[in-house]
Amino acid sequence: MNMVKESHGVFVFAQQVDKTITNVSYELIGKAKEIAGELGTEVSAVLVGSGIKQLAQSLVEYGADRVIVIDDEELETYTVEPYTQAVAAAVRKYNPEILLMGATAIGRDLAPRVAARLHTGLTADCTALDVDKEKQELLMTRPAFGGNLMATIECPDYRPQMATVRPGVMVKRLRDKEAQGEIVLFDAGLKKNHCCVEVQNVVKHIAHKIDIQDAKILVSGGRGVGGKENFKYLYDLAEAVGGTVSGSRAAVDSGWLEKDEQVGQTGKTVRPGLYFAVGISGAIQHVAGMEDSDYIIAINKDGMAPIFNVADVGIVGDFKKILPELTKAVMAEKNSQKQ
Amino acid sequence: MRIIVCVKQVPDTTEVRLDPVKGTLIREGVPSIMNPDDKAGLEAALRLKDSSGAEVTVITMGPPQAADVLREALAMGADDAVLITDRAFGGADTWATSCTLAAACGRLGYDIIFTGRQAIDGDTAQVGPEMAEHLNIPNVSYAAAIENCGDHLLVKREFEDRYHEVKVNTPCLITALAELNTPRYMTPGGIFDAYREKEITTWTRADLPVEDENIGLKGSPTKVVKSFPKTVKAAGMKIERGVDESVQFIMDKLKEKYIL
Amino acid sequence: MDFTLQKEYKAAQQLFKDFAEKEVKPLAQEIDEQHRFPRETVEKMQKFGFMGIPFPKAYGGQGCDTLTYVLCVEELSKVCATTGVIVSAHTSLCADLIYKHGTEEQKQKYLASLASGKKLGAFGLTEPGAGTDASGQQTKAVQDGEEYVLNGSKIFITNAGEADVYAVFAMTDASAGTKGISCFIVEKDTPGFTFGTPEKKMGICGSATNELIFSDCRIPKENLVGREGKGFGIAMSTLDGGRIGIAAQALGIAAGALERTVSYVKERKQFGRAIAGFQNTQFTLADMATEVEAARCLVYKAATAKDAKQKFSIDAAMAKLKASRVAEYVTDRAVQLHGGYGYIREYEVERMMRDAKITEIYEGTSEVMKMVISGSLLK
Repeated sequence: MNMVKESHGVFVFAQQVDKTITNVSYELIGKAKEIAGELGTEVSAVLVGSGIKQLAQSLVEYGADRVIVIDDEELETYTVEPYTQAVAAAVRKYNPEILLMGATAIGRDLAPRVAARLHTGLTADCTALDVDKEKQELLMTRPAFGGNLMATIECPDYRPQMATVRPGVMVKRLRDKEAQGEIVLFDAGLKKNHCCVEVQNVVKHIAHKIDIQDAKILVSGGRGVGGKENFKYLYDLAEAVGGTVSGSRAAVDSGWLEKDEQVGQTGKTVRPGLYFAVGISGAIQHVAGMEDSDYIIAINKDGMAPIFNVADVGIVGDFKKILPELTKAVMAEKNSQKQ
Repeated sequence: MRIIVCVKQVPDTTEVRLDPVKGTLIREGVPSIMNPDDKAGLEAALRLKDSSGAEVTVITMGPPQAADVLREALAMGADDAVLITDRAFGGADTWATSCTLAAACGRLGYDIIFTGRQAIDGDTAQVGPEMAEHLNIPNVSYAAAIENCGDHLLVKREFEDRYHEVKVNTPCLITALAELNTPRYMTPGGIFDAYREKEITTWTRADLPVEDENIGLKGSPTKVVKSFPKTVKAAGMKIERGVDESVQFIMDKLKEKYIL
Repeated sequence: MDFTLQKEYKAAQQLFKDFAEKEVKPLAQEIDEQHRFPRETVEKMQKFGFMGIPFPKAYGGQGCDTLTYVLCVEELSKVCATTGVIVSAHTSLCADLIYKHGTEEQKQKYLASLASGKKLGAFGLTEPGAGTDASGQQTKAVQDGEEYVLNGSKIFITNAGEADVYAVFAMTDASAGTKGISCFIVEKDTPGFTFGTPEKKMGICGSATNELIFSDCRIPKENLVGREGKGFGIAMSTLDGGRIGIAAQALGIAAGALERTVSYVKERKQFGRAIAGFQNTQFTLADMATEVEAARCLVYKAATAKDAKQKFSIDAAMAKLKASRVAEYVTDRAVQLHGGYGYIREYEVERMMRDAKITEIYEGTSEVMKMVISGSLLK
């Protein structure tokens, strides 16, 4: 536990997998830069892995003033103990006031272990990070109670103030290829111990589609779609409009879509330019995952469905009749635009 | 083999509604349930009990009515239950909660501890790994499958785009995802036993080897500054017309927004 | 006198409700339309102890009681009356018969499998010529050495063809009237024991209702339940308990129809508002709810009396008489409040209305219930 008064600097854990920086790391650096600006301090990225030194420059280009590189064979594949040792060592040496991590499958495991090792406070899944200028501390806002309420949290007496943030919430800065920054190689003094686990095998899922978090247009289906076969209406529209199909938890639980296509509280947070909500009632748990979409068009035969409270355009009607016609209209428009 | 399962009683947040006038949560009448991720952890423990003959103890930290989830766990097949309850534990954040639960586990003794990944009310997903840190044992999160091999476990650990097959020695802590399994139903006989035959042990502050500065509100590094309802995005236009008109309406809007 | 359910009953009720919603409800319409016995649901119920609720653990049961069993049948019947009667016929008419009247050997051999969910049971009393007048049994059982030989047929038997164990009644002494009737246990696949074609019914279409056909069917003499000539008494006492199960089924049908209707009238709009806003709707719902609650009190009272080992025949008869009438009334009003949609299969209340009718008929018609009740008043 480090002293509050002496801590300074905003640190971001730069997650990398297979020597590729995960996008959320850049998003967090973007936010960290804002926060550092208000606190009058600087942004450092902590890059952990094996054979990853060459990745440091991109972190600088996305806004890091400094990159602390911890490069060790033990860190080749993520496991929580060596990574915790690495991050904790860097924090103890540099004493940052804030440490941000992406709320990913890695971050949500690593952050609590690090927080406990450092005896400090951690706030997870933050949707907003603000600075209380008077107290010179971080205000972390997150959904609570299943997304029905928002809570703002502070960590007044312990450092670093730790927060995890979901991918797709913060915005990364424009890449500046001319950017200069300090790159430091740091020896974390890693030691094998009984808390280490052994990864015997790494198996990748077969990725055959676009990550819905990267899609600019989503055509999303819920319980009201009624069955796997009916999703063909959504796939057709998605193809015509250049989008990707996603769905609510109900659609995934019913086996009509895969888990990685789920939008919502327990799925992914998306903010596409255009979001079609087809047969989705609009329960809070779903809306929490898509309400920051730029434009929302809802189609539902139940005029009282809550989704209409967040949709920019609400169509009360039968999607089975509307989507085919809409698909045709879009194709016709695109064809006429080509000419 | 001794397995401890940490469970939490939570309001069923899928049933929560907003008061349309005040914008506040309507909390009355919201049923309390066992947190779904924890139930998956319990089911994983019960399956290990079925296959390897382990003793399963469920623990929870909460107000007296949290005993109901312990009864549910007993009705599903857990052997013992401990309710950790005391005003001193109230207002705890994840540091304080994990210290308290870790102390209870330390007192009980264990080979494996199961926790759920996150509670649907707190949604922090921290207590499990923090407990492992306090207990100085390895933890594996996001477990999608578990195989018992005596002195170690083989765990399928999920990531977004892949999974790891991990070997972890016991004692260890595993956090479970609701997707890990389909929890069994209780049996009517199990319910009767849970309420009529089985005893729940209650531990208060005095029963746990834990320091005052690590429990309750005072022991929590994080504090809630305020809570407020979300500002809901305002509703746009809603139309209920024929198919052709509806399609035309959408097309006009898409063109207006330069999406097409 | 506490009219609230204690915690363990509430927890059990919640278990049954969850199971009914997740496992039973999705199939209800399908099995009704296809006249299909929900074997997969029965297997799940067997696995979780729903088929042995009131029997002691020593016999493979759950060690609960009649009230718990009633809560189960009620919750199941709210979403699917067929599933409710499968449990009821198995539990009250077959397993309970063996539990009350069987020898220790018979209990070990048959009750243990029935209660633990390994086997399904059924009860064969009704014949083409012996319905309300059950005494006119034509099926005969003749002792031949170490065996009895059965000849005859039963009609309208619930779980026929699907059950493994059948409690069957036959005449062993034609000259003795009702005192010449005996009770036997017959296992499926016994040579000489076959089934007829399944009946197509107005309601509970997923329930297997067939003839049992005995043609020189030989069973061990150890399969006689009680003594020769005691069969009629066994049948009547068993039906008393069965009535509680059917009353629970009827209660469930009514309660389920009421719940659906309350939801529907809040959503359905006519004349610019939800029809729940019209006094006609409100008053009709008030009547329906009061009738359901009255039926509920009688059903739970009968179950509690049986558990307290008090005389419960009259309570059971009143419960069934009331609950079956309430089921008909409530489902009829439910369809009416749904308007045109109430007539459409997808909206489920029409099925509930069709299902309700049988509860006034089987396991003793409402007229028989009145005979029982008035008989006790006028002694």
